[in-house]
Amino acid sequence: MTGEPLLVGDDLHRSFGPTPALAGASISVRAGEVVAVMGPSGSGKSTLLHCLAGIVRPDRGSVRYRGTELATLSDAGRSALRRREFGFVFQFGQLVPELTCLENVALPLRLERVPRREAERRAGEWLARLEVADVAGKRPGEVSGGQGQRVAVARALVTGPRVVFADEPTGALDSLNGERVMRLLAGAARETGAAVLLVTHEPRVAAYSDREVVVRDGRARSLEQVA
Amino acid sequence: MSIGHTFLGLLESSPRHGYDLKRAYDERFGHTRPLHFGQVYSTLSRLLRNGLVAVDSVEPGEGPERKRYAITEAGVTDVQRWLSQPEKPEPYLQSVLYTKVVLALLTDRPAADLLDTQRAEHLRLMRELTRRKTHGDLAEQLICDHALFHLEADLRWLELTAARLDELAKEVRA
Ligand SMILES: Nc1ncnc2c1ncn2[C@@H]1O[C@H](COP(=O)(O)OP(=O)(O)OP(=O)(O)O)[C@@H](O)[C@H]1O
Ligand SMILES: [Mg+2]
Repeated sequence: MTGEPLLVGDDLHRSFGPTPALAGASISVRAGEVVAVMGPSGSGKSTLLHCLAGIVRPDRGSVRYRGTELATLSDAGRSALRRREFGFVFQFGQLVPELTCLENVALPLRLERVPRREAERRAGEWLARLEVADVAGKRPGEVSGGQGQRVAVARALVTGPRVVFADEPTGALDSLNGERVMRLLAGAARETGAAVLLVTHEPRVAAYSDREVVVRDGRARSLEQVA
Repeated sequence: MSIGHTFLGLLESSPRHGYDLKRAYDERFGHTRPLHFGQVYSTLSRLLRNGLVAVDSVEPGEGPERKRYAITEAGVTDVQRWLSQPEKPEPYLQSVLYTKVVLALLTDRPAADLLDTQRAEHLRLMRELTRRKTHGDLAEQLICDHALFHLEADLRWLELTAARLDELAKEVRA
């Protein structure tokens, strides 16, 4: 393994009421690697992802991104980091229904004040790369689940993020479409050098990763260290 | 896999010399395990003996590769029967993995680690097949997918067993 860790979560704890969702989870992600996060339902995978992305604040423990402790940033600083350095893909419902697919992909760039024409040109390139150029003018409600997820991946990658957080991006798709999304996501990430943190229940989707971390009872374990 | 039936199917599509038959077999079905010439000629002589193939023409010269083989009526019937019969599903009920888990529990060894080690190994092979699939043609993809779905089933079993290890430990030690 090469490269310094890009993102490090150390001894993360987080409870919701009396239930601990994370109970001392540690993980480190290097630049450009695709890490599959697996484990039973309710074990804390999504909570781990949210803590690492600065969406949820851990009760204890630290998250460092390129050496900066997320807790030391202001709320505005954290959201700027999420907009500029991170990309997100979820299982559903992430596209704005009123906008066309092209406008959806261009949106993160528009939020960074990229002029419309330039933003839409880059968005169009990403749609083509994800093999969904043909749905550019359609609204999310008019495309299939697999197409919608590829649009969502394009939107996550359009700003050139260093880390993509993907929480069950293929969870609602059949295996052929799920794998297509994953192949394109992993391929694009490898080309652009983005790291991917991928939560999935499907071993065949996890097989596109470079390594696997299993979360059980709020603790993360890198299996490659066991073997 | 039934080499004989596969040969018959290939011969039904066109008569071939033994060497061509081996090449066609290896290209399409032999991926990791090409046939030996010995297997090719022993299979052909059995098919000849059973009247499922016939020598279609013989070129002048020496050696078995001079003969061209064609399928017979009986051969076609045999291929038809083979293709229309389902294969017996193999449930692997006496899995070596299951045995290992139970023995680990019986001897107070860390069964969870055993499952994790196996899991990592399964996923490692799945990654390798996924890479092969990504660069392969459709035939290669289908072969890899077949293996991937089986490995995935094993892996799900490993997960489920890991989740029920405490229960299983009680039952085994009772
Ligand atoms: N916002 C929340 N409010 C209350 N409880 C929560 C919240 N988010 C998570 N939890 C609880 O924390 C635990 C871990 O949840 P989390 O969503 O991280 O699990 P997960 O591994 O992603 O599960 P799944 O595979 O089902 O998505 C669960 O017990 C869950 O009910
Ligand atoms: Mg989740």
